[in-house]
Amino acid sequence: MNVHLDQDKCVASGQCVMAAPDVFDQRDEDGIAVLLTSAPSTEDAEGVRHAATVCPALAIHLTEATAED
Amino acid sequence: MTATPSPAGHRSAGIPEFPMPRAAQCPFDPPPALREKQQEGPLTRVRLWDGSTHWLVTRYAEQRALLADPRVSADITRPGYPSPAASRSNTIGFILMDDPEHARQRRMVTAPFTIKRVEALRPAVQKIVDDLIDELLAGPKPVDLVEAFALPVPSLVICALLGVPYADHAFFQENSKTIINRDATVEQRTAAHGRLSAYLDGLVAEKLARPADDLLSRLAERVGAGELTRLEAARMGVLLLIAGHETTANMIALGTLALLEHPGQLAALRESDDPKLVAGAVEELLRYLHITHSGRRRVATDDIEIAGQVVRAGEGLILANDIGNRDPAAFPDPDRLDIHRDARHHVAFGFGVHQCLGQSLARMELQVVYGTLYRRIPTLRLAAALDDIPFKHDGSVYGVYELPVTW
Ligand code: HEM
Ligand code: SF4
Repeated sequence: MNVHLDQDKCVASGQCVMAAPDVFDQRDEDGIAVLLTSAPSTEDAEGVRHAATVCPALAIHLTEATAED
Repeated sequence: MTATPSPAGHRSAGIPEFPMPRAAQCPFDPPPALREKQQEGPLTRVRLWDGSTHWLVTRYAEQRALLADPRVSADITRPGYPSPAASRSNTIGFILMDDPEHARQRRMVTAPFTIKRVEALRPAVQKIVDDLIDELLAGPKPVDLVEAFALPVPSLVICALLGVPYADHAFFQENSKTIINRDATVEQRTAAHGRLSAYLDGLVAEKLARPADDLLSRLAERVGAGELTRLEAARMGVLLLIAGHETTANMIALGTLALLEHPGQLAALRESDDPKLVAGAVEELLRYLHITHSGRRRVATDDIEIAGQVVRAGEGLILANDIGNRDPAAFPDPDRLDIHRDARHHVAFGFGVHQCLGQSLARMELQVVYGTLYRRIPTLRLAAALDDIPFKHDGSVYGVYELPVTW
């Protein structure tokens, strides 16, 4: 799985950090999301999918690369 | 109704009025007429207080799609906007603005609401909650839980975060109440808003002179740097102060009442010490109670094709997220309160770029409250009949005016 984050769209809701704290973080100065990794582990995949579903700004896009995903 | 209707009358005949009344015996459920509209189709027509007609969006998928659509505007000054009252000026700030100005202003106040900053506040909120419960237990009973607990918790928290003196709480709570009362006249609301704006403006001026470690001081710095006018800063302060205490207070009191009426759920919550279960219960209560029951209000800026319909540019949209949160396509058995279900995809905080700025703070406050109150007072119960509880049918935010409890 590959994660893409569009920071220009992000509205700092924090939902992705709540769903997958090992993959997303927020900038201290304005809460805009940052990616900690663009290739999350298999354990984090479900949380990342949930983050993409609930992101209110539609700022998270996933590409499911491999069969193990 | 045997008279021949005029063409216009015919077209609007049968278009129901919004908002719709709840069923008296189901105070936790959205109005039955909203459920009927949802079964009719994702987009139907409703009429507002001024006779204007708008799209009513009742299903979860279409609500999310439209709220995230850049062709959908939250600007109350645009023609066609389904205004809840006669006043169409924006006195409340970026919640009624579109990007890029909305984003510019919102990003000025996001920093204290990140997950990290909110988690750092958790011990302080726990202390506030513990101290208030100590006072409750030492005081007389029955007691009104709204006055003694539900309002003070979020008011103390938002005051500290903003840098508003809590000693003024009677003043700002009273004015907030008027502003969000659906039945208040425009004059009453404008006057209350004027008083709060003047109050916040005074505080911003103070912070300009003597900055402290709070959000109003950060806004005052922006004023000093010419990025924000004093008026804009004061309006942001008003928005944050109202949004920061009214909503959460209603969730505390109404959530407690809902749990008291669902004793099995309450027992499961009280007996578990799993923070995940408490967090799940918060999401489910947000979904089930959906207190912002007046609908998200928007207007289309371009033609939008959705669900086999065309919403024309300039047409108003009312997105009834309360019934969206009860859409069986998104939540199986939607009318059942079930704290064990996964409800995290609810739209209780809205969706799109205006999704609640304070959601992480609200979640944390509710987790502390629901995780503490019923364990500290395990015999908590209503001190009145459910029929006698005054519900906020007239509020733009739903809840209860009073909640007499004893133990
Ligand atoms: C349980 C409590 C809460 C609920 C149910 C709630 C609900 C909502 C909803 C539905 C919206 C979207 C409005 C729209 O799309 O038109 C919203 C926006 C907002 N909320 Fe909350 N809220 C809560 C707590 C808070 C708190 C604690 C704050 C903190 C200051 C806050 C501040 C805001 C602000 C500033 C906006 C406007 C965001 C924007 O326009 O970008 N809310 N809230
Ligand atoms: S969920 Fe979306 S809007 Fe919210 S912080 Fe993450 S990327 Fe930003």
